Amino acid sequence: MSKMNMEDGLNLTLGLPGRDESDCFKNNKRSQPETNDESSGTTENKEADMETAPATKSQVVGWPPVRNYRRNIVQKESGMYVKVSMDGAPYLRKIDLKVYKGYPDLLKALENMFKLTIGVYSERDGYKGSDFAPAYEDKDGDLMLVGDVPWEMFIVSCKRMRIMKGSEAKGLGYNV
Amino acid sequence: MTSSFPEEVLEHVLSFLTSQTDRNAVSLVCKTWYETDRWCRNRIFVGNCYAVNPRILIRRFPDVKSIELKGKPHFADFNLVPEGWGGYVYPWVVELARAYPSLEEIRLKRMVVTDESLEMVAKSFNNFKVLVLSSCEGFSTDGLAAIAANCRNLRVLDLRECEVEDLSGHWLSHFPDSFTSLESLNMACLVSEVSFSALERLVARSPNLKTLKLNRTVPLEKLSTLLKRAPQLVDFGTGAYSAEFRPDVYSSLAGVFSACKNLKSLSGFWDVTPAYLPVINNVCSQLTSLNLSYATTQSPDLTKIVSQCCNLQRLVVLDYIEDTGLNTVSLSCKDLRELVVFPSDPFIGDVDVQLTEHGLVAVSEGCSKLHSILYFCRQMSNSALIQISKNCPNLTCFRLCIIEPRAPDYQTLEPLDTGFGSIVQNCQHLTRLSMSGLLTDRVFEYIGTYAKNLDMLSIAFAGDSDLGLHYVLSGCDRLRKLEIRDCPFGDKALLANASKLERMRSLWMSSCLVSFGACKLLGRKMPGLNVEVIDERENVNSIPEYAPVEKVYIYRTVSGQRFDAPDFVRIMGKDKDAVYNLS
Repeated sequence: MSKMNMEDGLNLTLGLPGRDESDCFKNNKRSQPETNDESSGTTENKEADMETAPATKSQVVGWPPVRNYRRNIVQKESGMYVKVSMDGAPYLRKIDLKVYKGYPDLLKALENMFKLTIGVYSERDGYKGSDFAPAYEDKDGDLMLVGDVPWEMFIVSCKRMRIMKGSEAKGLGYNV
Repeated sequence: MTSSFPEEVLEHVLSFLTSQTDRNAVSLVCKTWYETDRWCRNRIFVGNCYAVNPRILIRRFPDVKSIELKGKPHFADFNLVPEGWGGYVYPWVVELARAYPSLEEIRLKRMVVTDESLEMVAKSFNNFKVLVLSSCEGFSTDGLAAIAANCRNLRVLDLRECEVEDLSGHWLSHFPDSFTSLESLNMACLVSEVSFSALERLVARSPNLKTLKLNRTVPLEKLSTLLKRAPQLVDFGTGAYSAEFRPDVYSSLAGVFSACKNLKSLSGFWDVTPAYLPVINNVCSQLTSLNLSYATTQSPDLTKIVSQCCNLQRLVVLDYIEDTGLNTVSLSCKDLRELVVFPSDPFIGDVDVQLTEHGLVAVSEGCSKLHSILYFCRQMSNSALIQISKNCPNLTCFRLCIIEPRAPDYQTLEPLDTGFGSIVQNCQHLTRLSMSGLLTDRVFEYIGTYAKNLDMLSIAFAGDSDLGLHYVLSGCDRLRKLEIRDCPFGDKALLANASKLERMRSLWMSSCLVSFGACKLLGRKMPGLNVEVIDERENVNSIPEYAPVEKVYIYRTVSGQRFDAPDFVRIMGKDKDAVYNLS
């Protein structure tokens, strides 16, 4: 049978029903390898797709074809979520410490989240020069300054965080 | 030709034919054979509960002892069938209760079973023996309590992967003290803790108990107590298999396992503590079936176990076993018939687990009796598939899931057409095939040409055009179940092969290119088919005729359209008020 032609104006596209053509390229459907230019063309496609692949994978309903009760077999350590309170703020936030690569990353995230500046840490002076100082409660229940211990030690010992106002940190030799 | 054969003789001969296919063939020979079959057929199998209805069934078969019904399409397992689609067993139970008071066995798959239905079953059939519910939902432990309390002669209560509203474990305590006929109990899918003493007493007074599959809440420390009561077990599923290592618990468990001389099948092993795995060492050589697919432990632990299972026929395991473990399987499990490898982390792109096509190739090389494969992996090549096809010409079931949709041959970056083509060419007994990876219309040409015994085909993210679908529908003579998702197949192939659809059980197509218009046309032209458009979009009534539907499910039926469908299911092309009577 000869190849069927779609020439009767049925405007059919490869995307999901209801979408227009431009959406086709936004969803993560891999385009087919070009027959003339296989090696470079497909590698490029593969690389471009790889960047978006992890996020989109979980959005495809029912794929891979694994039944619901098989999806959570592996008891992964769920993220290291800790509550973060800020003095004067009505409600707390929650962050996943596992997501950050280190202290600078974490502090930047806190600055963004709470719309404030924390400043630079020093072992001698803590967060001297800023209005806020990040503190945390460790396993023993003690209130500690963020940054004193190595990052790896911090993320396993931190139970919750508290962004303190500079004026609260008087006892630590903190001068506003 | 008038038969001079006395009916009793014919009936006696037919009683040796147990397979549905044979019985169906027999009933087509002549009127006498049809009549004889219908009077003495007492095991009924209904592959699609909407293909027929209770009234038709009861009219044809007056004496039924055992019935099996299947409801939702297979893709319901992967959340592709919306909640409320259908598959209700209640209307069936009402009619069965009225017509067959001596019904003994009910087996249901992918059906909605309510507590009301279970209560009706419990009260209507006083010789009820077997209840098997596979992938069913809609009931709670209250329904189970009704079964336990009322079915005095119950032998089998088998809940396979059901979604049960687990109110409490108290249901088990409803089995009366006088109840001693239990042969098989599978409660693995239940979540609530049952009373351990009630369970122990039940096991102790069930001398015929052969199958016992516990749920996760039964702790490892209590297993020896149970096994001591049932050393005759053939099929045992543990509960959560984790505990702090204690030598006394270990040796006690090892001792009771050793005493289970008839044990052939093991499963369970949730949250496994590897130190406790070797308790089964002494029974490994007895095992024909081993399900370690919940055992989240590393390859060395798994490998140590399988290396001792020299008589294993069926292995279900996680990809944690890795290629090295599968290599051991290929060397140690020479009688292996079925291999299933599930992914431990299906949604992560990059994993540390070293499970590739090499593991599967190794098993195909070493295990000459291998006939059924379900394999999840992250890379595949045409050359591996070709090797597998040559090593296992007797494959009957080949299901390969490469986790990334449209993944090409990872070595050549070509489509996997030739690999799968080789499978269908070399494996002439193949009845079930699931494909994945990058596939063009060419693979469907191979399938249409060579897969003449194919009964069920599953396709996802594959093909280029309607030609692909056309090859399959026109070429696969024995095809009965076809399920397709996310493929560019549309109206032309479907309409050109409309008559084929009446020779199949069902066709599922979702996220393809089949239009409303084509569905309407098909439904109108083919009275023997129900063409169900399943579409949950809000604006669905204003979508033009030429636009593709979300999902369409087409199945042959002698029952006409159904009236229990929700509003997002439209039975196309049928006059809503007409009642078809094609029987």
